[in-house]
Formats: sequence, structure tokens, C-alpha cells
Amino acid sequence: MVHKMTGALALGAALMLSTSAFAQDKRVVTWNADYDPIPLAAAEALIADFEAANPEIDIQLTNFDHEGYKNAIRNFLTANPPDLANWYAANRMRPFVEAGLFADISDVWADNGLMEALASSVPSSTIDGKQYAIPYTYYQWGIYYNRDAYAAAGVEAPGPEGVSWDQFLANCEKFAAAGIDCVTTGSSALWPVAGIFDYVSLRTNGYEFHSDLAAGKVSWTSPEARAVFENLGKLQPFVTRNHAAIDWQDAAALFVQGKAANYVMGNFAVGVFKEGGMTNDNLGFMVFPEITAGIARAEEAPTDTIHLTSGAKNPEDAKTFLAYMASAEAQSKWNAAVGQLPTNKNATVDPADPFLTAGFEALSTATGGIAQFWDRDADAEYAKAGMEGFQQFLVQPEQLEAILGRLEQTRLRIYPQ
Amino acid sequence: MAMASKAGRWNQRRLAPWLFLAPGLFMFGVYVLWPIVQSISLSFYDWDGLYNRDGEFTGRFVGMGNYAELMRDPAFETSLWNNLKWLVLYMLALPIGLFIAIFLNQTVTGIRLYKSLFFFPFVISQVVVGLMFSWFYAPNFGLFYLLTESIFGRGTAILADPELVTYGIIAAGLWPQIAYVMILYLTGLNNVAPDQIEAARLDGAKGWRMLWYVVLPQLRPATFIAVIVTVIGALRSFDLVSIMTNGGPFGSSRVLSYYMFEMALGEYGFRMGYGAAIAVVLFLIMMVFISGFIWKMWRDERER
Repeated sequence: MVHKMTGALALGAALMLSTSAFAQDKRVVTWNADYDPIPLAAAEALIADFEAANPEIDIQLTNFDHEGYKNAIRNFLTANPPDLANWYAANRMRPFVEAGLFADISDVWADNGLMEALASSVPSSTIDGKQYAIPYTYYQWGIYYNRDAYAAAGVEAPGPEGVSWDQFLANCEKFAAAGIDCVTTGSSALWPVAGIFDYVSLRTNGYEFHSDLAAGKVSWTSPEARAVFENLGKLQPFVTRNHAAIDWQDAAALFVQGKAANYVMGNFAVGVFKEGGMTNDNLGFMVFPEITAGIARAEEAPTDTIHLTSGAKNPEDAKTFLAYMASAEAQSKWNAAVGQLPTNKNATVDPADPFLTAGFEALSTATGGIAQFWDRDADAEYAKAGMEGFQQFLVQPEQLEAILGRLEQTRLRIYPQ
Repeated sequence: MAMASKAGRWNQRRLAPWLFLAPGLFMFGVYVLWPIVQSISLSFYDWDGLYNRDGEFTGRFVGMGNYAELMRDPAFETSLWNNLKWLVLYMLALPIGLFIAIFLNQTVTGIRLYKSLFFFPFVISQVVVGLMFSWFYAPNFGLFYLLTESIFGRGTAILADPELVTYGIIAAGLWPQIAYVMILYLTGLNNVAPDQIEAARLDGAKGWRMLWYVVLPQLRPATFIAVIVTVIGALRSFDLVSIMTNGGPFGSSRVLSYYMFEMALGEYGFRMGYGAAIAVVLFLIMMVFISGFIWKMWRDERER
């Protein structure tokens, strides 16, 4: 059973739903989610399969508007908790875990062998040794490139294994000469610059250092952090000018039109590129180039999760459904419909989709580790301060000392030494 | 008997005003005074907006901690400066509004149409104004960008430039504000006594001297209201900042009201206590102007 509604209406309607459901002889599991149309349809299909296999359980999904959900979840978790709620892994779920609003589901992990099957997502689902999330999908980040732009600038297009950092920068010189932006982004919402920073940081110092940086454990004025900004500075002149005033979709338009050659983005952007007229023939994907030789390659793959709430009225059946969402079968089906990657390593990926195949390959061979993305790895307030610093550096690289000083000050305030 | 009815009348005289005031006072208490008290008390806590499973408040008392942090917060300083820029530059709405009002204060066929066209920007939503101006400034295709590109050879994207962005937003805000001031002056001009103009004309007053010594003094009530609405408009300049830049690039177009929202309710915020502390500071700044307004009203009433 699926009901679509938005914002304030949802709460009242959810109340009415739960009363009407008593008429049926089924045990109800309520689930609050924030899906766009395609993921919603995929979730409906999963619910139908689950209900067919478990006829005594009725999953009632209440769908919220994506932006409204971020505020709604803070209200409904205390006021009127559903059994299940969508959210995000790592630090993004920490406030809810610490307020005791998400329930410990270590037993679901243990009973279903998930430690093994969802191995790559264990760290991001765990807080203080207990699991609080079922990760069911993620998507890779990397560099998407426009082969037409490469051809227009007379640059040889990279293969699936990508190019070296020096080669990438040399290509950028050629693009600049041809009047094409080598790297584009639209940072008016801040987060896209974090993708670029994360990759330069991961490639300069590796996963451990990056993860410590996001956790506030290392200084912004350390030589390693300075090295990250030095490398970012090499890229800075080739990033689309005025990126601070445009959205990522505006930058996607530049990319589709061939005014920009490379875009450091998440796989969700492929849909937008294709709507803009690109095809598998002129759209390419490569992993971000290696910078410091010999560092184990780490990748970014933000994970979406489902959680059991502490106020759940039917935790037993909700756990059955969570185990189903963690299964290879459910994840293969949902992710195939949405065009993302399953976190279950036994799940399958559509071989006809070159970007998913490449992403699956890139993530499963990322021996360095999987980062969640800056604003999920770092504490919310720290993440914001960081992203403003990255954006400022990409606009005013000469302000480096001021930026590092301010970031360091913020770090010392949030994480007193 | 006579005594009792006298006492009853006295009671009526004392009670009736309060009874009439009661609904208003109740609303004012619940929707204005109580939230003020709540915000002030919240500003002494560090709270992420969550109640725990048992519905208990999870905040931690930090005393003046939030205010101490504000003093050292560079983003707060930027917001204060930007608020000051807004206050000063928004005052431009007065002379420009007056000029347009005088220009439109004539009897020509179709003047009503012209007046309503000039008033139009005030009627449309601030959100629409913000969107129109962000397209106007947009890099690569915005009219303003193309204009600067054709003149200087290199386009200026106002909203991407940390130095210019606040001025760009203020310009967008001035557009409806000028229309508002204009309408205030137009109604004021209707009340200018024609005999005084006549007399001034006989005495040979013209142009600026006529405006300064004869017309403006009669427009004082309109000017007073215009100053007040412009000050308040400048201080609550939230919608345009939110629509056009989200406070960016890297926080350089923040104003206090937006920073408060960002800290309390933004995606990376949920620091309710800190947001409340910013709200209290904004409230105190507004109080300066509002008390001035109330004081002047009170004085005018007494003079009557």
C-alpha cells in the first residue's frame, strides 16, 4: 500500500491511515520515505514482492517531499514515529542515534549474515560498535567527460582506466587554449565543491588522513592539508569561472553543450546529462586521477539507508522487512530500476549500463576505502564551514592563509583539544 | 441605591476598556510576547532541536556561551556589516520614490495606468523579484552579464563576486521598495495644501526651494512612515538573500535574519540556541528603531 503526500498533510493523513488499517487483519509496518518518482515506483514494486511473500504483513509507505523531509523527520521521530524511516549513513544519522531515536539493529545484521554481505558499508552503518542502519543503495562519484569537447580541443579522450594527474593538468591547458572549461561545477549550493576537494584530498594523502580531517582530528595548517590545497590550486584556474553563482544543473548544461569537458559528479547526474541529449557514445566516465603515487585508491560513494525507529509499534515485522531490503534480490531489483549501485556484494548490476558497470568496478576495487562524502563524513556544522572554505579557495586562491586560519579556528572550537 | 449604581458605573468604566482589549492582548501575549520570552531563554541553551524518545528536552544550559561565540564569529560580523549596508543603501528608496511620486503627480490621460505600472514591483512577490534579478545577473546568459561583457569584454557575474553580491541583492530589493515609498508619497502629495503652494508661488518660490521649504515639510508624516517601513524592510531582508544566493558565495551575502535561519533551521544547522541568540541580537537592533517610532507616536499624541 503506498500513499503519496507532502509536508504537513502527511502527518494527519498518516494518522487516518493507521486507524483505517485496523479494519484489515494484517500486521501493519509504517515507513516514511522521501523518494522522487522513479525510486518511489521501485520501492512500490519491492513492497508488492514483500507482501506477496509475507501476506500477513502490510507495509504502508508515506512519501514526503525530498526537501521537506529533512525537517519533517525531526518532528515525526518524536511526535508520531513510523516503524521505519529513510535517512543517510555515517555522521548524518549520529544526532538521531545519540538522541535515542533510531533503534539498534545489530541483531538484524548478525542474524542475516550482513557483516559479510554488506561488508563495504559496515563502517558507515556503525556507531559505537552497533549497527543502526540498513544501507540499500549507493552511487559512485568520479569524473564524467564529454568526448565531443575532447575532440573539439584536439585532446585524446581517456580510456576507462583514466589518465595520470600530470596528463589531466596538461589536458586542461589545451582545453583552456580552446576556450573550453576543463573542469566544471556549480557551487551555489556548496556541496558540489566538496566532491572536488574530497577527491584531491583522498588522492593526495589517502583515506585515513581524509577521514581524520573530516573528523576534526588533524590540523588544517598541517603540511598534509596544505599539500591538498596546493594540488587543488593547480586545478583552480581551469574550473568554470563564476561557478559560485550557478547550480550544478546549470553546470551540467555547460557540460552537455561541450563548453566544459570534465565534471566531477555523482552518478545521479547521468540522467540529467542524458536528458540534455548526451548518449553512451559521447559521455564517458573515469576515476579521479592518481596524484600521490602508491596510495591505495579510495572512492566516494554516499549511501542511502533505512532505519528502525525507537518508537516503532511493530519492530518485529519491521526487522523482517529490513532484512529483505538488505538482501541481494531486493537490492538488485531496486537499484536496477533507479540506476544506482547495490551495497550487497552478491547483488547484480545491469551489464548494459556502462556507468553502473564502471562504478561497480571502481568501488569494488577501491582498496583504500569508501568515503561517504564530505557533508556526511563531517559533523554538519564543520562540514558547512569546510565547504565554504573550499568554495572560497576555488574563487580566491590567494586567500589561502585566511581560509586555513578560519577553518582551524572552527575546528578548535568544535573539537576542543 | 444611588451609591451602588455609581459604583457599578465606575466598575463599567474601569472594566470595559480591558474587556475590549482582552482579545487583542491575549493574541499579542500568545503570538508576540511569549515567543520573545521563549527565544531569549532558548538562547542560553545548546540544543539541536531534538526531543528524546520520552519527549524530554535534550538541550544543555550554556549561559552566555552562545553570545560569547557570536562575538568571535566572523560570519556574524559579515552579517552585521551586510545589515548595515542594507540599512544605508535602502534609504535610497526615499529620494528616488519621492522623485517618481512628484513626476507622476500630474494630470495626464492614462496617468492611473502609469502609476499602477510603477507600483507593480511592490505587488509581485519578493520571491519573483529575486528570481528575476538572479536571471538578470546570471553568468553566461543574464542580461546584465551580457551587457558588461559587451562593454568590458569580460562579463561580471554579480552573484559570484563576494565584493559585489550584497549590492546586487540590495538593488533587487530597492526595486519594490521604491515603488512602496512612491505610493506613500503619492498619497502624501494629495494632501499638500494647494493654497500654500499658491502663496509660495506668489512669493516667487520655484523648483528646489519650493520642494524643500513648502512641499517637503507638508510631507513629513509620509516621510516618517516611509523611513520606518524602509528600515524594517532592510532589517528583515531574508527572502531575497535566500532566493538569490543562499547567503553565498561562501557566506559573503549573509544578513542577520538569514544567518539566524541558517543556524537554526538550515540543512547544516539545527543549532537552535545559537540561532535564538542571533534572533535576540536582531530583535535588539530592531527595538532601537521601533522604540524611536513608538516614542514619536506617543509624543505626537500628547501634543494634540
